[in-house]
Amino acid sequence: MQQAEAAVSSPEQRIPLKKRLTTAAEKHGLILAFFIVVAFFSIASENFLSYKNVMLVLRQVSILGIIAIGMTIVITVGHFDLSVGSLVSLTAVVVISMHDVVGPVPAMLITIVVGLISGAFIGYLVGYLKLNSLIITLGMLVGLQAIVLIYTGGKYTRIVAPDETWFGVIGRGFVFGVPLPVIILGVLLLIFSIILLKTVFGRQVFSVGGNPMASKFSGISDKKIIFMAFLISGALTAIAGIIMGSRLMAAQNYLGQGYEFQVIAGVILGGVSLTGGEGNVFKAFIGILIIGILKNGFLLLGFPYYFQWVAQWIIVVGVVWLDVATKRGKVLG
Amino acid sequence: MIQRIYTSLKKQPIWLILLGMIFLSSIFVSDFFAFGNFKNVLVQSAVDGMLALGMTFLMINGYFDLSVGTVMGFTAALAIGLQPYGLVVAVVVALLAGAAIGAINGFFVAKAKINAFIVTLGSFIGVRGLIYIYTQEQALVGEVMDFGMFGASDFLGLPTLFVIMFVLMLIAEFVLRKTPHGRNTYAIGGNIEAAENSGIPVDRTIWMNFIICGFTAAIGGVLLASRLNAATPTLGWPDKNLMTIAVVVLGGTSLAGGYGNITRTLGGLFTFGVLYNILNLLGVQSYYNTLITGIVLILVVYIDAHIRKNRVSIG
Repeated sequence: MQQAEAAVSSPEQRIPLKKRLTTAAEKHGLILAFFIVVAFFSIASENFLSYKNVMLVLRQVSILGIIAIGMTIVITVGHFDLSVGSLVSLTAVVVISMHDVVGPVPAMLITIVVGLISGAFIGYLVGYLKLNSLIITLGMLVGLQAIVLIYTGGKYTRIVAPDETWFGVIGRGFVFGVPLPVIILGVLLLIFSIILLKTVFGRQVFSVGGNPMASKFSGISDKKIIFMAFLISGALTAIAGIIMGSRLMAAQNYLGQGYEFQVIAGVILGGVSLTGGEGNVFKAFIGILIIGILKNGFLLLGFPYYFQWVAQWIIVVGVVWLDVATKRGKVLG
Repeated sequence: MIQRIYTSLKKQPIWLILLGMIFLSSIFVSDFFAFGNFKNVLVQSAVDGMLALGMTFLMINGYFDLSVGTVMGFTAALAIGLQPYGLVVAVVVALLAGAAIGAINGFFVAKAKINAFIVTLGSFIGVRGLIYIYTQEQALVGEVMDFGMFGASDFLGLPTLFVIMFVLMLIAEFVLRKTPHGRNTYAIGGNIEAAENSGIPVDRTIWMNFIICGFTAAIGGVLLASRLNAATPTLGWPDKNLMTIAVVVLGGTSLAGGYGNITRTLGGLFTFGVLYNILNLLGVQSYYNTLITGIVLILVVYIDAHIRKNRVSIG
């Protein structure tokens, strides 16, 4: 008590200021990083903030953004999903090949069912059988890619008459000047944000990820929550695969290769804690957006595309280091 | 003696699985039981074995490294691309580069205390950028023919690359079993707080193991470069890192840390090697190889969890 009074009455007001600064950095570090990246590229390139380019970037990140929603939920319950890249390849191939057989709407429904089956399978193994999600989803990464290749025989899949179908609208269309995939992403972000923050299921997600023991004792079925998380991830990845297929009106076998790492890098940048219990789909999206801006910005500045990978390395580790350092108040642990 | 072999086989079921596989395929797969074919398996497993060796140190320590695949690609490119400055320079720089990337990873994990998944995911992506910057997206071809000859040569009737890997594995097993560093690695992986409280230099040991992992990945890269006498930017992309973890886990080293050894990793390595070899000989389309790899991985985790459960219920 005396100490507290001493702190308040002491002439040195630096401590509360420093504290205020660190909390600000803790809360808004990501937003700060976002604005620094945006400011840098808008000064360096005059085309960066043009309407056309902004829409381009948004459309590019919309697919990763949708996958990132599912990944955020999976990581929040304390697991990983490395299979999303292969699942994008699979669902894109399925929706394209089914389109010419059964028509667009049934094809999309089948594709979502494929995503749900994959998610349910992983969810069962990880949630109910308690197997390590890293290795299980690695197995799925390899296995689903193989299924794609067996299914197509290694051939390029495409829609035979792309001009005679409305299917391309999903990936290519605009509503009020905004690309449709971006609107889909926005709606999904809103829905899942509400689900996570306002529903019982959402609170259980945070509880299972944050403190598995406590949630077990309070009667929450962690099995069911983990199962649901992977199911959602599978369904959202299928939606991303459909948008991808619709944008290209064709699908190559390795379409989604490496997506899992891009999505995880973005989600981590968005402050989703890898130990579980902490995650926000909007912040995760900003993380994905930063990755997308880096990619776009370096290309606009005339650098080869591979410079973005080195920049990603520096930014991901740098932002997380900043976050960790402000939380413990020390640069090194 | 027989008793000893029996107990060690019981402890390391991977060798039983391997022996069973070899036995069955010797009967049913033509061309399998031939010295030339075994040499094939050995030479193919040399590079993967180097990556798995360093990964075993890290996994016993309780961590893993997602960047080994791209470090292998980067160092292979250096070992080829720097040959105009002399072969020795090229190889030494490649090995140092691997150790340096390991040291960067280790610094962020051990000193800055950032999650190893994030740190090595970052370098996995970033080192890929370095490969592309260095190679300018071009495939590199070696100038020194002796380097390629070395990769294809035999030592005492066995592939030289495999002999190098095997000797390094023997040294690694010795380090793990008999040196303070090895014991500290097990102690930290088993219980990091207890290790810290008993005065073990935790940070330094973790850092060292990341350097070892980067260094062995670099040796893998150099061996690969000498086998191909060329390097392409896509070497090791995208899932070499994950397959290396799979080899170690299949061998029976625990993902949770504190448990495992190099002998197990060697078993896992051979099992994957023989599996691919059999599928190849049977003329199975490579797509199915991949599918079977996925199924094996899921089965391994399932069996591992089952064994652990029984172990707990017995003891």
